Amino acid sequence: MAAAVWIRRHLFPSWGNAFLTIALGAAVVAAAFPMLDWAFVSADWSGTSRADCRSDGACWVFVASRMDQFLFGFYPEAERWRVVLAVALNFGAVALLFVPGFALRYTAASAGILTALLAGWLLLHGGALGLSVVETRQWGGMMLTLVITVGGLFAAFPLGLLLALGRRSSMPAIRALCILFIEFWRGVPLITVLFMASVMLPFFLPGGADIDKLLAAMIGVALFAAAYLAEVVRGGLQAVPRGQYEAAAALGLGYRETMVRVVLPQALRHVIPGLANTAIALFKDTTLVLIIGLFDFLGIIQAALTDTEWLGFALEGYVFAAAVYWVLCFAMSRASRAVEGQGVGGIS
Amino acid sequence: MSDGLWRSKAGHAVLWQVATVGLVVALGYVMVSNMLDNLASRGIASGFDFMSSTAGFGIATSLIDYDESSSIGRAFLVGLLNTLMVSAIGIVLATILGTAIGIARLSSNWLLARIAGAYVEVLRNIPLLLQIFFWYFAVLRTLPSPRGSHAVGNAVFLNNRGLYLPGMETGPAFWTMVAVAVLLVTLPVVRRRLGGIIAWGGGAALIFAACLTVKWSLPVLTGFNFRGGMVLSPEFVSLLVALSTYTAAFVAEIVRAGIQAVPRGQVEAARSLGLSPRDVMGKVVLPQALRVIVPPLTNQYLNLTKNSSLAAAIAYPDLVSVFAGTALSITGQAVEMIALVMAVYLAISLSIALGMNLYNRAIALKGG
Repeated sequence: MAAAVWIRRHLFPSWGNAFLTIALGAAVVAAAFPMLDWAFVSADWSGTSRADCRSDGACWVFVASRMDQFLFGFYPEAERWRVVLAVALNFGAVALLFVPGFALRYTAASAGILTALLAGWLLLHGGALGLSVVETRQWGGMMLTLVITVGGLFAAFPLGLLLALGRRSSMPAIRALCILFIEFWRGVPLITVLFMASVMLPFFLPGGADIDKLLAAMIGVALFAAAYLAEVVRGGLQAVPRGQYEAAAALGLGYRETMVRVVLPQALRHVIPGLANTAIALFKDTTLVLIIGLFDFLGIIQAALTDTEWLGFALEGYVFAAAVYWVLCFAMSRASRAVEGQGVGGIS
Repeated sequence: MSDGLWRSKAGHAVLWQVATVGLVVALGYVMVSNMLDNLASRGIASGFDFMSSTAGFGIATSLIDYDESSSIGRAFLVGLLNTLMVSAIGIVLATILGTAIGIARLSSNWLLARIAGAYVEVLRNIPLLLQIFFWYFAVLRTLPSPRGSHAVGNAVFLNNRGLYLPGMETGPAFWTMVAVAVLLVTLPVVRRRLGGIIAWGGGAALIFAACLTVKWSLPVLTGFNFRGGMVLSPEFVSLLVALSTYTAAFVAEIVRAGIQAVPRGQVEAARSLGLSPRDVMGKVVLPQALRVIVPPLTNQYLNLTKNSSLAAAIAYPDLVSVFAGTALSITGQAVEMIALVMAVYLAISLSIALGMNLYNRAIALKGG
């Protein structure tokens, strides 16, 4: 009975609404059936070559046969365990933040993440501990996307924090510099930043030094992200009541103590959703590096589409890429909501 | 006493500021001197003389006269106008679509609200560049050739060469009438003198009359392609569709939040006065919601304009792709050209922000 009432109230409250419901329902069914049929029912799932795709449905054989490349780029096959280990290390370090009641201090959390980052870079690049060197131009696929997102974010965060504090500083020169920096990077598109990093940056280095293309892109991404993070953190700083500053001052705390012990812990708690949104935006924006010739996840799929043996499977490639990006972005936004609901996110 | 200055709070502040500014200046000096060394050693002349040299490359879409013998400065202008065109149309489409979806999300019809919700969650969690690629490579480029066009009547045709629409040839009479109509409707003085109905009616009549002066030309299939009419390139169409549908998802969330920010009592009061649902939304809720909506909406307009630079990935000749792409590879003047492109975007960002601030002030609650 309850169901019937619900249906009546939410789907057929009036003649107009009933008509709308039926029309929309028909449209959804008419659109969903061919799509599901294409993607699942009449799709080809197994095989090794183009000849195995005989049906009218999607040819997932194309995606499956290239999966290794989509994940690791041109990273040597024998060394791929290093990528897996590096990703696991970093995810582990970040996951510590999500453990409820795990009383990590700032320093411990930062130290853990920093160690994981450095160990990750060492693992990926090699050249020490008997690991062979893998040049960054062999990196690609999802691995490169993660390197740019994670590396860019963690490089940007401390800078963004300082910029946010600087923008609220009482010293006019520092405030002006921070505003200039933040508004500049927020006013230009990421593409121009990446172009700048890849073609303009070498001009600024002594002797026109050739800078690693990936490193240049990451510097650009980090400066860009720092400006956005600064604005997010500033929002949090503004949300901390004045009384907190006054109480800290009354206790005789200096600027650094006030910020580190009183203001920032509260401010950062406010901005967890904002930080997560910035991370998601950056993750999506890393696709732009394909325009300066790096093969990130989308870049390597786009390159695979031009393979003469597999022409005509653009739709499969894009649908697969979209599904992966969607699942990861959606999961990140849900995770941030969970942390928010939990209160503190483990940082005390 | 000077000992006291170093220890005092004010002294600290001066010291910090001098140190920071000094560091920034030193960094800037090193970068500029490196740049001058590098330019000298590569034999590249700095400065903006290249702007008047011959471009030597063609541009597919241009709003102004341009050919290979035009100057690079002219190419810059073509790119800039293309950026502004796609952004302006994209902003209008994203606003209309986004508002509709935002309102649909709050519909009492469960199915409609869910479909609108799904639209938002799907579109905003997929990278824009991927969506542009999808529309360009998987949709528009796989369309049939002109002979097998999808057609709407004999006026609109869609094929792998682009979207063909009826073209209009406009004379000065058309533009005069349109301008008068716009003034009639927008100028408060006129509206007060004549009354709203006359102003709107007169405006509509003028627009109608203006349309009668237009010579329409329909696209006609001759040989392997269409002639006449107006053609929008596949690059333009896919960029426009991707930009407006993607941004609409964000606009929808802003509109929804704005509507939800209007206190429920307002809706109930309006209903109890006997206003129709349309009037409740149009006369009571939306005008109040606009105050909440405008600031974040400005941000989305800026984002759309900046995102139009993704045109470079599918070779729509926007500012970045013409100037920082093609022209840069010819002249090699990376520093000047990229600085110029960035300056343009900064100027656009600042002027949109300024315009929206003025608007914001105009619609803000007037203190009684």
